[in-house]
Amino acid sequence: MNDFLASEQLAGVIQAAYIIAGVLFIFALAGLSKHETAKRGNLFGMAGMGLALVATIVLVAKNSTGAGQRPLAVTLALIVVAMAIGGAIGAWRARTVEMTGMPELVAMLHSFVGVAAVLVGYNSYLEPGLENTGSLASIHSAEVFLGVFIGAVTFTGSIVAYLKLSAKMKSSPLVLPQRHKLNAAILLVSAVLLVWFMGNHESSAIIPLLIMTALALFLGFHLVAAIGGGDMPVVVSMLNSYSGWAAAAAGFMLNNDLLIITGSLVGASGAILSYIMCKAMNRSFFSVIAGGFGSDGAVSGEVKDYGDHRETTAAEVAEMLSNAHSVVITPGYGMAVAQAQYPVAEMTAKLRARGVNVRFGIHPVAGRLPGHMNVLLAEAKVPYDIVLEMDEINEDFPETDVVLVIGANDTVNPAAYDDPSSPIAGMPVLEVWKAHEVVIFKRSMATGYAGVQNPLFFKDNSMMLFGDAKERVDDIVRALG
Amino acid sequence: MRIGIPRETKQGETLVAATPATAAMLVKLGYEVVVEAGAGAHADQPDTGYSIPGVTVADAATVWASDVVAKVNAPSDDEIAMLRPGAIFISMMAPGRSPELVEKLRAAGVTALALDAVPRISRAQALDVLSSMANVAGYRAVVEAAHAFGRQFTGQVTAAGKVPPARVFVVGAGVAGLAAIGAAGSMGAIVRAFDVRPEVAEQVKSMGAEFVFVDMEQEVSKDGYAKEMTAEQVAATAAMYDAEARAADIVITTALIPGRPAPTLLTAETVAAMRPGSVIVDMAAANGGNVVGTVAGEKVSTSNQVTIIGYTDLASRLAGQTSQLYGTNVVNLFKLLTPGKDGVVVLDFEDVVQRGMTVAKDGELLWPPPPVQVSAAPAAAQSAPVVKEPPKPKNPKVAMYRAAVGAVLFGLMAAYSPSQLLGHFTVFALAIFVGYYVISNVAHALHTPLMAETNAISGIILVGGLLQIGRTNDVVTALAVVAVLVASINIFGGFLVTLRMLEMFRKD
Repeated sequence: MNDFLASEQLAGVIQAAYIIAGVLFIFALAGLSKHETAKRGNLFGMAGMGLALVATIVLVAKNSTGAGQRPLAVTLALIVVAMAIGGAIGAWRARTVEMTGMPELVAMLHSFVGVAAVLVGYNSYLEPGLENTGSLASIHSAEVFLGVFIGAVTFTGSIVAYLKLSAKMKSSPLVLPQRHKLNAAILLVSAVLLVWFMGNHESSAIIPLLIMTALALFLGFHLVAAIGGGDMPVVVSMLNSYSGWAAAAAGFMLNNDLLIITGSLVGASGAILSYIMCKAMNRSFFSVIAGGFGSDGAVSGEVKDYGDHRETTAAEVAEMLSNAHSVVITPGYGMAVAQAQYPVAEMTAKLRARGVNVRFGIHPVAGRLPGHMNVLLAEAKVPYDIVLEMDEINEDFPETDVVLVIGANDTVNPAAYDDPSSPIAGMPVLEVWKAHEVVIFKRSMATGYAGVQNPLFFKDNSMMLFGDAKERVDDIVRALG
Repeated sequence: MRIGIPRETKQGETLVAATPATAAMLVKLGYEVVVEAGAGAHADQPDTGYSIPGVTVADAATVWASDVVAKVNAPSDDEIAMLRPGAIFISMMAPGRSPELVEKLRAAGVTALALDAVPRISRAQALDVLSSMANVAGYRAVVEAAHAFGRQFTGQVTAAGKVPPARVFVVGAGVAGLAAIGAAGSMGAIVRAFDVRPEVAEQVKSMGAEFVFVDMEQEVSKDGYAKEMTAEQVAATAAMYDAEARAADIVITTALIPGRPAPTLLTAETVAAMRPGSVIVDMAAANGGNVVGTVAGEKVSTSNQVTIIGYTDLASRLAGQTSQLYGTNVVNLFKLLTPGKDGVVVLDFEDVVQRGMTVAKDGELLWPPPPVQVSAAPAAAQSAPVVKEPPKPKNPKVAMYRAAVGAVLFGLMAAYSPSQLLGHFTVFALAIFVGYYVISNVAHALHTPLMAETNAISGIILVGGLLQIGRTNDVVTALAVVAVLVASINIFGGFLVTLRMLEMFRKD
């Protein structure tokens, strides 16, 4: 056994396993970009992870023969216990989470990666492992420092995102005076601390590390707290990116290529997702990565008189729908809040059975998580081939008889095109107002997340259907008979 | 306050200003409603239908003594005499064309609101009775034309031979014109349409008709109504009207100019040149007609068997529906006039809609109102135009220089770095690009599962914890156990939740 563990070949086998695992992760992400291959992609991911874990445990066993290590049995017992507890919690959450609660879960999971990165970083500082001297020691210090910094920012940032998404914290942006300068100051001080930390290999070196950790924790909190709830989809994917970079930094400090590969994959993919969404919201990519966006132009409180809105009833809407040839439904976060996806799916099925062409138009930032609406509609068994993206559906609105806007507001706001002073000016939106009739499901005349009044409600072809979206859609389903 | 709904006294009028449904909405706004006996008889609304709380049926004297009287047609002299001084009177009254009526209302000391003088701005649409009635009238015009036309609208190929579709030419793409286009199109006819406002071409197309362009300068309308054309425009369009009418089976004209007689579009020669059996519906008959030979209120035949329909009561021919729409417009007006929803009318002259439709108040003549701009509010136009700087074209050379400088700096840095770090860096840089290309064409619908997946994968940080757990340093072991624990939550939670989500996606 010991001979086997000590053999030169084993190290090579482990390295090969790591490379294969990295390739499997790449397959996993590639598979997940298409519906047809998505499930296979997930299996690749699981296989890659399993392989990586087995290889690592073998590596742990191999290391246990070295100096300064606990007996293998103790180590393995600790690993099994820790993984069993963590795995049980993870599996339980994955099984029980409501699809509407997905954004909160994802945000919470990001924070775990953050905290793990911080802990691994501290450990790596306390036990550098290889005998590092000279420039290698300084480089290792820098790697630890960066890893802990990114991990800490990810940790508190994700916690704040979780709190905001689950409405345990006010979702309006927290605006401290001079907040950009404050963030810059934290970065500057951290840079100074980095220099101190790199040049110091005494036990006192933990002081700059601790100060920096506290600063980074605050920075993560502050970055995300300054972002309004409406921009959460971008924030979540940005934090996803950060969590990847944290893993990559851990890879550098542990000299582990698998961590580097995987971390950069996740980091890059999260950044791309954020970038796609930024384009959809007409925001600059840089300002998002730097955080603190979405609140610069203090929401224009300017009250304009848009005139009167028209109200309608569920029975009237049902009548209108059954006479329509083409119907487009544009859901938003309100549909998730009201859990209206099931009645919406039922209504869709009924209308399709009558030969009405029903499709869904999804804005890239609808909901609180990228693709949030797609997941909810899929949960309710709406076929994905009638769920279209904004660009696919926008040119069809003039030929659409009825548009149902269910719990969406800013994503269907014509002010984005018409009003250059609007905070959402220039953001591409679903051009629902071009349809013959627009029915807006809404609880009240309050503004959306961006705090902007929506002139759509006052257009001639718009009708308001007030009340809980789920109850109203249920009423329509009943009226359709 | 009490709202009176009198019976219409105009010969042949079938409408009523409130149906039971709209009366109930007025009651909801805090009003008491009195309906004259028999008011809704011709609109299929018998008196018994009005037996709802807050609404009573009474005689004419009671109704006309109300605080507010709402009706459809302009009042007769007798009716004005029955109004209390200070009462509010609401109806259509064509104030621009009937100055004597406006003067009589002023002299009677009533507050008179003309429902047909609502400014043509978006938010006033809800109370614009002209739109409501024109919509119904446009539909009815097609029905009347189809009735008089000796053929079907839709084209067919049958065993008994081929039937060509009817050709319909609609002049004026206002509400009535668009409604007529829609109705004719849905009956299967080929519809062509013209309007002097080129900006409505898109609306015409959206209704499924072809817009006829004339090679001339067309003005963009400022107040939402068409203007009477200049001499040379008339000359340029006359030829087009002539050609289109000769080719058409049905011509529907809707050209009106507010406060002026309707323009003549089809001359006697054009009508004489149309095919026998053709039908013309002149929706402007009440204002003099667009066609030479129209008789207001009548259906006439020319010597060459062309039928010219000049009915002026097209909307009233669908009495039940039009009354409901008219009544809803009245309710919307009261919503505007009753900000407190307490049954008290508050007239606000700061509001262009309310000011625009008020023709007289407290013995003072308020007609005509100050003009209202429809397109682009003046305030917005005055604010300095936002000058967007065009994005500077990027100089490719600059980018190249930057890349070169970056490469040199990186090379220098690499020269002084340990080889081990460089190896890691190679992996790092390549992995970033792989990630970029793998993700950049992800289907939008899969963003959430993808994020959950990357989340699970980033749980790979677990490897770091695993490698540290065996150290003899108790602190390190404890921290590593926690790290392994939370990272495991990530891995299991992430993969399983991705699996669960992907199970749900299905194709029909």
